[in-house]
Amino acid sequence: MPSARSETRQGVTMMTPLTARRRVGWQRIGEFIIERLIWIAGISTIVLVALIFIFLLREGLPAFVSVPLSELFGPRWYPIENIFGLWPLLFGSLLVTFGAIVIAVPLGLTTAIYLGEIAPQGQREILKPLIEMLAGIPSIVLGFLGWVALAPLIQRLGAPTGLTAFTGSLLLAYMSLPTIISISEDALYAVPKEYRDGALALGATQWQTIWRVVLPAARSGLVIAVMLGIGRAIGETMAVMMVTGNAANVPALGSGIMFQPVRTMTATIAAEMGEVAQGSQHYHMLFGIGIVLFIITFAINSLATRIVGQPVNRRRRGQL
Amino acid sequence: MTRQQMNKIAVGVITAVAALVVIPTVLVIVYIFVQGIGAISWEFLTQPPTNGMTEGGIMPALLGTVYLTFGTAIVSMPLAIGAAIYLAEYAGDTWLTRMVRLAIVNLAGIPSIVYGLFGLGAFVLTMRLGTSIIAGSLTLGIMTLPVVISTAEEALLAVPERFRVTSYSLGATRWQTIWHQVLPQALPGILTGVILGLGRAAGETAPLLFTVAAFYLPDLPKSIFDQTMALPYHLYVISTQVPNMPLDIQYGTALVLLMIVLALTLVATIVRTRMRRRREW
Amino acid sequence: MTVHTAVKPKIAVRNVSFTYEDGTRALKNITLDIPPNEIFVLFGPSRAGKTTLLRLFNRLSDLIEGARHEGDVLFNDKSVFDEDVEIASLRRRISMVFALPTPLPGSIWDNLTYGLKLAGVRNEAVLEERVTESLQQAALWDEVKDRLNSSASALSGGQQQRLCLARSLALRPEVILLDNPTSGLDPLSTGIVEDSLAELKQQYTIVMVPHSVQQAARIADRAAFLLDGELIEVGDGGELFTNPKDQRTEDYVTGRFG
Repeated sequence: MPSARSETRQGVTMMTPLTARRRVGWQRIGEFIIERLIWIAGISTIVLVALIFIFLLREGLPAFVSVPLSELFGPRWYPIENIFGLWPLLFGSLLVTFGAIVIAVPLGLTTAIYLGEIAPQGQREILKPLIEMLAGIPSIVLGFLGWVALAPLIQRLGAPTGLTAFTGSLLLAYMSLPTIISISEDALYAVPKEYRDGALALGATQWQTIWRVVLPAARSGLVIAVMLGIGRAIGETMAVMMVTGNAANVPALGSGIMFQPVRTMTATIAAEMGEVAQGSQHYHMLFGIGIVLFIITFAINSLATRIVGQPVNRRRRGQL
Repeated sequence: MTRQQMNKIAVGVITAVAALVVIPTVLVIVYIFVQGIGAISWEFLTQPPTNGMTEGGIMPALLGTVYLTFGTAIVSMPLAIGAAIYLAEYAGDTWLTRMVRLAIVNLAGIPSIVYGLFGLGAFVLTMRLGTSIIAGSLTLGIMTLPVVISTAEEALLAVPERFRVTSYSLGATRWQTIWHQVLPQALPGILTGVILGLGRAAGETAPLLFTVAAFYLPDLPKSIFDQTMALPYHLYVISTQVPNMPLDIQYGTALVLLMIVLALTLVATIVRTRMRRRREW
Repeated sequence: MTVHTAVKPKIAVRNVSFTYEDGTRALKNITLDIPPNEIFVLFGPSRAGKTTLLRLFNRLSDLIEGARHEGDVLFNDKSVFDEDVEIASLRRRISMVFALPTPLPGSIWDNLTYGLKLAGVRNEAVLEERVTESLQQAALWDEVKDRLNSSASALSGGQQQRLCLARSLALRPEVILLDNPTSGLDPLSTGIVEDSLAELKQQYTIVMVPHSVQQAARIADRAAFLLDGELIEVGDGGELFTNPKDQRTEDYVTGRFG
């Protein structure tokens, strides 16, 4: 380091010359390494998604190779006899998810409307954390409650058993609600204030404004909310596993369809993986189900991102 | 019916529905509290289960969850904060950046059981880590990335631009600016994100099923390569696999888990509000 | 129009044009000399390109994504855009004070020593000396000398702006760029700043965007009038404001527009 004398006399600018040649190398190298590491952290996200898919393929593809396609879409899932028909599981997932969405979307959308358009600020400040808390409740706790309290209740109300698709849908609905509510809320919030003001100025009531002006304007955001809610519901494991009864059959069609036990794809993996031999056909098949789940949620999320576009929270760099 | 009447009805219905959503939430928490508080005691928290798990406490599972939460923090924090810094400070409007964002959205959407499969295939088997704390932590850590990245990025972007520009104008490099100005001011927000992520990770069951969780272990884990019990899995097991399981212990276990997760969420919210009040802009 | 000066310029602007990402041309072929140890004023109506030009000098313009420049800016005869120029060092030699006060979080001491510490100065004695000297030069010393460890944001607007000036001075730059530094300040603070600048020009070269034509006329040694990104006229301070050669300059100076 140059002596203190040169520092005080000639100023720091003399120590650190304008050109890079004599600059202390270490600091430069250190910064370079750190910035490289940050870049690596950034693209690690892409790498991880790819890795997950690759591992799923590695362990799951053998199943699709060894099981003929006709059987794959067959109506029976009976691993003990080496029958691997995916259809009951797929149907179970779809049925439970459908039920959940039918319950959650009206409930969630309405709550979002309440929060965004009707509730006074004080209420909003209590309700929003409350809903965040709902999101925070572990799925196993809700599943436990469903198993120990909700299912018996439903049975007492007349169903043959309390472990049904409906029970699962009800639970799933409540678990998807925070997602649907918060994204719907964002969509409603994004509708410019001028739209509402304009409608009200023309004499519309609050309800008319909401129904005719705000909701249509927020349409694409609301669609996103539903899509992500679906994604959330399809991917849930523990809660549905505990309350849907785990019968890997296609339930009989008819009015009572929701009140029969079903088995979802997620529950199948969770319930059966513990008992399979590694490398067996059953084992590969479970990974195969994982591939199907991955593809479904990937499709939903990518589509949702495509509709929404990239986030608009880019900084205006360099401007004061 | 006049428009005014219609309006009143509509608003009333909307409010009622909102209550339908909010009230059960409160009910759930209160119900578990009421049913489970009886079982909670110091012994409950510090003793292992006995007599085929129908008696005793939940200590090994509790400890296991603590270990796994720490492990998750260690795995996810560097990666998530690094990725957030990348997105907030370095990434341009390029194809690569869009891919990164798409990847994060997808990581957030992958079902937890699929993470479990990935953990099994990659960490337990391929890397030969076996069912172990480290395999579980790696799996949970990756699963927690999206939540922490999003919150951290938000916190970084919230730091006003003028601090960066001022720092540059005083002769700082980009990293020096980030290290001395941006990160310190974004730290509370980043911390909020980490704690929220940990809260979510602590309550997860599916990723643990094949990567770390044990039904019952006579001894506590001694290294990160050992298996461990974990609270969410323990709850699942005692409520579905153990015959004659006393109901109050089940509720007590659920209550402890719920309290841990809610406490973490509460801490995160407190950090966030206090930070908003104390910041310099 | 005498764009070039007899003395070798501290900063030489050569055919500089600047275009933003969306195509707006902020600067159109500007050439001028900024002589050393003078107060050089860039004035004109808003959107004239003055701030853009200023930011080009210390390459803060690099931060603006997607923007391009043509032409060259020479500092001490060397292009600031050369490959081997170290930008951090450049910005210490050409230091900027902004229109709104930008105190960094922390104490007055922290603010003043931030740039120094980044440059590698650790010696406590040196840091103290720089802090004292720069605060005196910015006419802030008497007001804060007893509370250097107190928060910088607790200062008034005028004090904060002088702090920013002191912050730049602590680095002992060669050029000080001031972008409308007195915009939010009361007349007393404005006067203090203007007086300080008059003193400082003996040691430093000062380039300033003024708050008003009156301010420009008060302190400029040399001045340049910019309009819509073009250099309309440049000349000696006294001459330019009392006897402008271009009609547009006269219109602006006499307040007919802007």
